[in-house]
Order: sequence, then C-alpha cells, then structure tokens
Amino acid sequence: MAADTRDEPVDSGFGQISRTKDVAFRLLALAATLIGIVSLAALLLNVAVDAVGWLDWQFLTNPPHPDPYQAGFLPAIVGSIAIMLVIALVTFPLGVGAAIYLEEYAGDGYLTKFIQLNIANLAGVPSVVYGLLGLGLFVGLFSIGYGSVLAAAFTVALLILPIVIISAQEAIRSVPDSQRQASYGMGATKWQTIRNVVLPRAMPGIMTGTILALGRAIGETAPLIMIAAPTTVFGLPNGPFSKVSAMPLQIYNWASYPQTEFQYGVVAAGVVTLLVVLLTINSIAIVIRNRYQQRT
Amino acid sequence: MSQPDFSHDDIRTARGTAFKYLFLLCALLSILTTLGIILTLLIDAVDFFAQVSPVEFLTGTEWNPTHDPVSFGVLPLISGTLVITIGSAMVALPIGLLTAIYLSEYASDRQRAYLKPALEVLAGVPTVVYGYFALVYVTPALDTFLPLSTFNALSASIMVGIMIIPMVSSISEDAMSAVPDSLRQASYGLGATKFTVSTSVVVPAALSGIFSSFILALSRAIGETMIVAIAAGQTPRMVDLSDPAGMFLNSIQPMTSAMVQIGTGDLVGQGPAYKSLFAVGLTLFVITFAMNLISELVASRYREVYR
Repeated sequence: MAADTRDEPVDSGFGQISRTKDVAFRLLALAATLIGIVSLAALLLNVAVDAVGWLDWQFLTNPPHPDPYQAGFLPAIVGSIAIMLVIALVTFPLGVGAAIYLEEYAGDGYLTKFIQLNIANLAGVPSVVYGLLGLGLFVGLFSIGYGSVLAAAFTVALLILPIVIISAQEAIRSVPDSQRQASYGMGATKWQTIRNVVLPRAMPGIMTGTILALGRAIGETAPLIMIAAPTTVFGLPNGPFSKVSAMPLQIYNWASYPQTEFQYGVVAAGVVTLLVVLLTINSIAIVIRNRYQQRT
Repeated sequence: MSQPDFSHDDIRTARGTAFKYLFLLCALLSILTTLGIILTLLIDAVDFFAQVSPVEFLTGTEWNPTHDPVSFGVLPLISGTLVITIGSAMVALPIGLLTAIYLSEYASDRQRAYLKPALEVLAGVPTVVYGYFALVYVTPALDTFLPLSTFNALSASIMVGIMIIPMVSSISEDAMSAVPDSLRQASYGLGATKFTVSTSVVVPAALSGIFSSFILALSRAIGETMIVAIAAGQTPRMVDLSDPAGMFLNSIQPMTSAMVQIGTGDLVGQGPAYKSLFAVGLTLFVITFAMNLISELVASRYREVYR
C-alpha cells in the first residue's frame, strides 16, 4: 500500500485521508483512555454531593441504627482497622519470606517455576472462593469462630498474600547485583547479605506493595460474607474471637435498605468514609515510594 | 581431607541454612493455599454430589436451592455469569485496548505519568462501592431511556467493565512496549502513519500479550462478586438467545451472586442447599483457574519472544 503513495505529492487526497484517519484515531484512543477515569470521577462527585449533611461526627461515632438519622459507622470502622492490623502482621513476614526465597535462594528449577506460576494463579482466584477456603479452614477445621476478627483477617490475608509476594519480589529484584557482590566480597554470608544489604534497600518497595495490598484488603467484602461475618454489629470488637463487621459489609447491608435516606444519604456517607480511609492508605504508600526515589 | 578451619562460620552457616528453609516454607505456603482451596471445595462438593447427582447439577436448567421443590441446575447461574462477562467485555476490551495503544504509542512520558496511576485507581475502588454506584446512580440514569428493572444485568456489566479496564490496558501496554522499536522505525521508514504503525505493526506483534490480558480480564469479570450481588439481582434465569436485550434489561443471577445469597442466608449444616455453595464455588474456581493458567501461559510467550 505504501508503494502506491510513493509517486504522489505529499498533500494528495490519499495522504490527506490517512492523516485525518491518524488524528481521528488519536482522539478516539485518548477518549477511550479518559472514559473510565471521567465516569469514575462523575460517580465520585455524585456520592460526595449525596454524603453532604450525612457524613458528620455523629455518623462516625455512633453504632448502626434502623433510623437513618441516628445510624453510625463506628463498629464497622473499628472492625476494619482491627482486621487490617492482623492482616498486616500475618502477610508482611510471610510475603517477604516467600519473596526472599524465590529471589535469593531458589534456582531456576521446576519447583521455582511451579511456585511462581501457582502464585500468579492464586492472585486471580475470585475472592468469594477464598471466602469458602476461610469457611472450611479457619471456621470449620480450626474452629476460630464464624465471623471472628481472626477468621476474617486470616482469610483476607491469604487472599492478598500473592500480591504482597509479587510486589516484594519486584522490590528485591530491583536491588543491584553489584551490592550483593560487594557484600560477599567483604566475607559476608548469604543471610548477612540479605539482612544487611538487600532488605534495607528493598524495604521501601516492599512497604509500598504491602500497604497497597492492605488497601485492597480493606475493600474486600465477599470473603467476609462467606465466613459469616455479620453485616451489621452494634458493639466494638473486644477480642480476637469476637464477631466483627467491616466497612464494606456495613455498606452492603445499608445498600439493600429501600429508604431514600439510606440509599442516597447514609450509604453515601459510608462510601465516602471508606474511600477516604483507602485514599489515606494509598497516599502513605505513595509518600514512602517518592521519598525513597528522591534519595537514590 | 582437611578443610581450612572456619569454625566460627559453622554457626553462621547453620543459621543461614535455617533461614533458607524458613523462607522456603513461606513460599510453599502458596502451594498449601492452592491445595487448601481445592480440598475445602472438593470435600464439601463431594458431600453435595452424594445428595444431588452431578449430571443433574451440570445439566439442570432450574436453580432453586431453598424453596420446595428444590432443584440444583447450575446452568442458569452459568448463563447469568456469561451475560455479565459478555456485557463487561463489550465495555472493557475495546476501551482497554485503545487505552493501551494510546499509552504505549501516543502519550508523552508526562501524560503517562498521570494517566497510568489514574487508571489504576479504577481497579483499586472496592467492588462494593461499584455495586452501590451501579444500583443508585447508573440504573436510574439508564432507566430514563431504557425499560430497565431495578436490578439488571446492564448496569452491573457496565460497572464490572469499568473496573477491569486497567487489567486490559496495563498488560496490553506492557506487551506493546515490549515490541522492539526497530519494527516501528521500519514501518515509519516506509511512510506509514502512526495509525498504521499502531494497528498493523504494534498490535499484531503484541497479540499474545493482548490476548492474555483479555482472558485475565474476563476471568476477573467471571469471579466478580459484590457488583453483581448488589446490582444484578437474584433471579436465576437461562440465557434466552431469542431475546438478548431482555437478558441485559432484567434481573439475572451469576454464580458469585448465588454464593453470596446462600452465604448471607441462615443455612448451615449438612443440607444440599448449604453444600451447593461449595459445588458452585468449585465450578467457579475451575473455570477461573483454567482461564488464569491460559492467560499466564500465553503471556509468557511474548515475554520470551522479545527478551
């Protein structure tokens, strides 16, 4: 096709058409890129407007209530934070440990490839299936209790573990090999090299990945439903075995109420609260990443 | 044979070995997780299939686990899942692919630095929030010009589609960026425009990566739970090929939504209704696991070609 145009002057009809097509395609691609972002922004704007007047101190400090004007979010907020703390304590050591093994110790053998493929696959297993795992394992086999803080946290921890491992691996891989060689040259053992050279260098990346994964964990709803976490609790959790709700569960419950005050008021306030917490978590991750990038 | 004496090193070496096996254990935990998923699903699913025949489960066209007469045909749920998957694919695949082309071929570094994180936000929004958006904002908006029921497959599909855009765009963009620049330059040298280079050189060369991103995104759509549980309703319904529009305008029930319905109910114990949770879960797991595996294998092809 290009051969046909060779003898034509540059501003020929053909050139004009293909240039118009080029510009049109560029605009189409840009429009497509912006569709998702713009529609999300529009929806967020809607929910923010609806939350005005509902998201106040009373909403943040009250327990849920059938009367929308007295309904509050506190038990769900505290529940989410409690679950997240346990998740962080579980996934951080396990995820970093697995990443260290895969990046520093494992060879290129079949076992490594198998583990790697398995982790990639686990990252794509639907969260509702993890809920069934939690139901069978933590509630059934270990009897930690339906909907308890620990059962909820362990279940979601398994769910985000693959993400933590993959991001920790990337952070460890980005440590230059010359630094490892220098450490070995000083007579350090492998473990000393990992502890004193690799991990400190990779830590900002690992932290960023873990915090982002925690952000995902805080929005998970389906696994908590499967392990029979109550969608509404009225008191604060007072121990690792007490029943716990979470912000997304409470939102799910409220969204099913038919009254307009709930649909456009209380739920909107809950959604904004959840998104603000999520945004805060993600900003922390970005701050860590940026500070680290400036130093190097 | 005498080795040089590094006696103080013995402890260090032993400690190093201990750590190695400790880390290996962490890595093996991922395999244990997979085994755990398969076992928990299988054990209860086998119980279920002792009470309900697998043939009835896989070929039945009625899903009604709780009310008499009970029936456990999974096909209505699978067809509900199919409707959502097709609907969200029609939103996410073209938009995601065009986005990837824009990011990889047209966008300046500066634009990319803003657009990529902005797109990632789409995947980071909790799905319960998307479900709420679909129910409370999208459905009423569409209802002004479409004969929509309160719970419907259309707004759920649109929301699932928007959620999976970043999965298509980021993996496709990786694949497109991996296409060597020499191929582009050769095409420009022949007088091609950017449009021709993008569509006739870059996209075909990155096809395996693009394909893998499509499969992964569809797998996400199949497993997506909260959006459909909130916005698509709970009406198990077989696909009626003669009325595709009605399929989207009315309430349906995908597999995940049926699981949530059973999970939030009061059912516990040994009855087939409760155990059907695991049979549906197993079906869902097998489908998504196979798709993720295919996606991973296809993706590893483009990584090898250009490495």
